[in-house]
This record gives sequence, structure tokens and C-alpha cells, in this order.
Amino acid sequence: MKLKPTHYFQKDISNCGLTGFISKSGKLVEGSVIIQSITLMHDRGNGLGGGFAAYGIYPHYKEFFAFHLMYENGMALQLTEEYLEQHFFIEQEEDIPTRRISAIANPPVFKRYFVKPLETAEFREAIDFKNMTIEDVIVHHVMRINNEIEGAFVVSSGKNMGAFKGVGYPEEIAEFFRLEEYEGYIWTAHNRFPTNTPGWWGGAHPFTLLDWSIVHNGEISSYGINKRYLEMYGYLCTMLTDTEVVAYMLDLLIRKHGLTPELASLALAPPFWDAIDVLPENDRQVLTAIRQVYSNALLNGPFAILFASNEGLIGLNDRVKLRPLVCAEKDDFVYMASEEAAIREICPSPDRVWAPRGGEPVIARLNPGVV
Amino acid sequence: MIIDAKGIYYRDLNLMIREAVASGAKKIELVNVNGQYYIGDGINRPVTITINGVPGNDLGAFLNGATIVVKDNGQDNIGNTMNAGKVIVHGHAGDVLGYGMRGGKVHILKDVGYRVGIHMKSYDANRPVLIAGGNAGDFFGEYMAGGVLVLLGMFTDNPGNPKHGFRFGTGMHGGVIYVRGPVDEKKLAREVGVFALTKEDSEELNELLKDFCRDFKLDVKEVLKEKFVKILPKSTRPYGDMYCTMPR
Repeated sequence: MKLKPTHYFQKDISNCGLTGFISKSGKLVEGSVIIQSITLMHDRGNGLGGGFAAYGIYPHYKEFFAFHLMYENGMALQLTEEYLEQHFFIEQEEDIPTRRISAIANPPVFKRYFVKPLETAEFREAIDFKNMTIEDVIVHHVMRINNEIEGAFVVSSGKNMGAFKGVGYPEEIAEFFRLEEYEGYIWTAHNRFPTNTPGWWGGAHPFTLLDWSIVHNGEISSYGINKRYLEMYGYLCTMLTDTEVVAYMLDLLIRKHGLTPELASLALAPPFWDAIDVLPENDRQVLTAIRQVYSNALLNGPFAILFASNEGLIGLNDRVKLRPLVCAEKDDFVYMASEEAAIREICPSPDRVWAPRGGEPVIARLNPGVV
Repeated sequence: MIIDAKGIYYRDLNLMIREAVASGAKKIELVNVNGQYYIGDGINRPVTITINGVPGNDLGAFLNGATIVVKDNGQDNIGNTMNAGKVIVHGHAGDVLGYGMRGGKVHILKDVGYRVGIHMKSYDANRPVLIAGGNAGDFFGEYMAGGVLVLLGMFTDNPGNPKHGFRFGTGMHGGVIYVRGPVDEKKLAREVGVFALTKEDSEELNELLKDFCRDFKLDVKEVLKEKFVKILPKSTRPYGDMYCTMPR
């Protein structure tokens, strides 16, 4: 691992702010709405991390993987672009539009590339003989860039989506990335309050892989177990932040192993054994199997998570709900946030407001045919 | 006296409230509140603060004699370490209400979240009361050391939900919980038992419920139609044996 951690980063006692929403009918909403919501929770963060994920923002390139790349130095940029040219057909390549503001000091360079894997010998080998899909190939390249090219990080790598994050309050990061210029049908945002993790651009949320994005308020004390389990499947953790394992775990459980989001959530935040034992026989067997097979996927510790993909938005609490999470509905919109006020700021009179139980995922899918 | 809280940072808003209280205002109305934290914290004058909109976390923390009326929903940590006074919420409220409460009253009309009344305590006449009109989440009355918690399960926006969650009364070692109608014994923590109300209990509960119904203009007879049960701790030191066996 080329980055030597300078501190014990597993303990990330935090109090971050999360907010997110989805238009299930695919209505595009400009960035100012999510910014207004996360800004309300300004004091849940301490200015060392802010970030956003947006879906539906690259309609003209929606068949391409939108790589958002962050470069800490010129060498990282050069090496990465050589790597990309070797492995990808690049439809479009450009700087991510930013504007300098006083609050953000010496930001890294941000570029985006709309790409498809080239049919190289290595690609054919992967597809024809290694039983890999195109998504597996993308994951492989993302892991290699993050792990082997010093100072280069893939901030996001999904289709028709992107993550924008860094050191600063979320409203400052939004200003820096000119987020008001984007429109999307799913938005999530994070206001970070790291106490013993470094405030560095790669460590801000959301964490992504393909079109998964995770914003997380809490602390994953099972980070070591999750990380070692994931490494057996080729996922390398390089971002010095516990949230990273959640993105890779979901990719493994849902994309690779074909679990439904409901079952994957049960693996991450399973009921206690005493609750499982009193379930009807069929449910008892399913949950016992999930806990036995995926014991290393269990996320121990307090957390509230919002994870989004091109299919929808999911909110999940740890099974004893040690972090806040409130949800609301209005017409085809579903909102999820750490505080009700962050929802009411952008949706003054929702049809329904409720707080999910611990370990009970709130799943809001895009209506069929929307994407 | 009316204060428009629209877009006002919580520190500035609370300063304005304190100045109003200091200048002798008896009734303060806040409009366009949304998410401002710590409203009314520590106020020890018998003023009444009415809030239109959703107040932020820690509403009325360390309250010491004022009355706060919320016309909308409340968030987490209402009445945190409250000493005296009253908080009335005409909607639902969040998690960890009345944390470490030592006196005064909290009346929530609808649902409440997790760990409501956690480690409430009382001393002589200082006996806090927290009444929730709707359903409650898990860990209701966790580590309770004193005071009165009441759960009605009547007024809820989520009728499908169970009246209370799991680990009800975990670590409870003092105080009393009254629940309207039956409790699900499977969900009770080991540290508590279910009892019938004594005459004194019923008299005390009736008084508390009259006050609750007055605040929300409800019919107390309707509330009293269903039988109540009492939840009490089985021991004053539920975890005494945790590290070494308790001396017999």
C-alpha cells in the first residue's frame, strides 16, 4: 500500500450530516436544491469534508463510464492518462469545471473521461476466459489506478453519474465544483465531521464504485474484518476511511453475487439471533444462511448510510439505530436525511414523514423504464 | 413578541430569544423556524415560547422553568437534561427524548423515536414526566432511574407500526412506565416486569393524563377507556453482577 497511514483511522467517531432525494419518475432537479438541504446541517460537519453524488447528469454520454479523476500532482495525471489511453476508448476528456473560491486552498486537479474499455488482448482474456463482465474490468482498472498510481484517485466511475467531493464544507465544495450547473434525478450529499481521520480530498464522502455511491454517518468498527474479506475478491481499500468498504461490499453482494438490495441490507445490518429464532421457518432459514455466509459483511458499529445507484436510493441504519435517519415522501419524490429540518428545507409539507427502524432499509427505486 | 427565524443562524436566534426573556417578554412567538438547534435551552424564567416550524436538536435542553410549545414536529434530544418547565410538541418527535431528564414535563402528541426517556432520574419532588401519545421505537426507558414515562400508542401517523419496539426498559432500575393497553412481553428487556396499577398509580396517572389532554384539547375519558399496565424494574442494580458477583 503506497500510502502509509499516519494515524489510526479505523476510529472515526463522527456526527456527519447526510441528505439525499430521488425523483422516482426521473425528473431532473438542479444542484441548488441538495445544496440548500445539506447547508442547513452546516454544524454537523467541521469543514474537513463535503461531497455530493448526482445521477442523470451526463445524458449525452450515458453509455460511457464517466471517470472522475483527482490528481495530486502532474506525474499522477500523466501516468493515469497513459494508462487510460492503453485500456480505454476515450469519447471525451475535459477538466471538471471548477471556480476558485477563498474557502478552498490548493485543490487537486480534477478531470473527467467518458470511456469504454478497448478490445485489447487483456480485455478479450478477461471476458472470454476469466468469466469477467465489463463492469469487472472497470473495477479492476479503478483498483489499479487507485493503488498503483501515486497521487491519482478515481473519485467516481459509473455511467451517467458523478461524485464531487473534497476538503471544505459541502456548500463550499458545491461552489467550487459549480454544482448549481448540474441537473439530476438522484442527489446525495455529505457534511463530514472527521475526528481522527485526515481531512484529505480522497477521504471525503461519497465513496463510489461503478454507479454505487455511499454517504455515511457513523463508524465501522468491523472495518478490519470487512477489508480482509473484500481483499479476497480483489477490492483494495486505499482511501484511509472506513466508508470505502461499504461501496465495495455492496458491489460484491448485489452486482457480483446477485443479492437483492433488501437481502444485501440484511447482510450489512442483520437482526440479532434472538430475533431470527422467533421468525417463521422460511425467514429464519434465509436469515440464518445470510448471517452464516456473509458474517464478514456485517457492518458493526453505529451508522446511517445513504447508498445510491442508477436504479435508486437506499437508506439504512445499523440494527440498533445509533445514528439518526428520517425519511419523507411527496408525490414521486422520496427524501432521506439525518434531520427532518434538512428535508423540510426543500420540501416544506411532505405527504408522509417517518423514521425507519434499525436495520430496516428504505428502498426508493426509479419507476420502470425511466432510465 | 414575534421573532422571524427565517434564515437566522441558531446562535443569533438563541441570543435574540435570551435578550427578549431578559427584557421581560412573557410570550415569545418564533415563526419560520427550521432546524435551529438549542432553542430555549437553560431558560429559567416562566416565559412561554411558541415555535412555528421544526426546531432543531436539543430543544429545551437544560430547561429550567420556561414552557415551549411546538406547533409542528420536533427532532432529536428534546428536553435533554431538563430540570423544570414543560415542552409540548403537537407532532412527532425524534430519538433520545428527555435524555437524563431530572424534572419538568415533556408532552409529545404523536410518535417518538428510539431510546426515549433514556436515563431519566428523579430526586424527592423533582419527578420528570414524559408522555408520548403515539408509538415508540426500541429501547424505550433505557437505563431509567426515576420519573414517569407514559406511552399511549393512540395518535400516530403510522398506524401499521407496533406500539413499542424491542429491548423495552433495558437497564431500567428506577422510576415507572405506564403503557396504555397490552405490551408485547417478548420485546421487554430482562430487567423489567409487568404489573397492574395500584389505586395511587391510577390517581397519579389520571392527573398526568388530564394535563396531557388539556395541552392537546383531547378527551381524557377516551384515553382512559383502555386499561393501563405498569412496567417496573426488577432490581435497583440490574448490572451489579456484570463484573463481579454482588455480595449476598
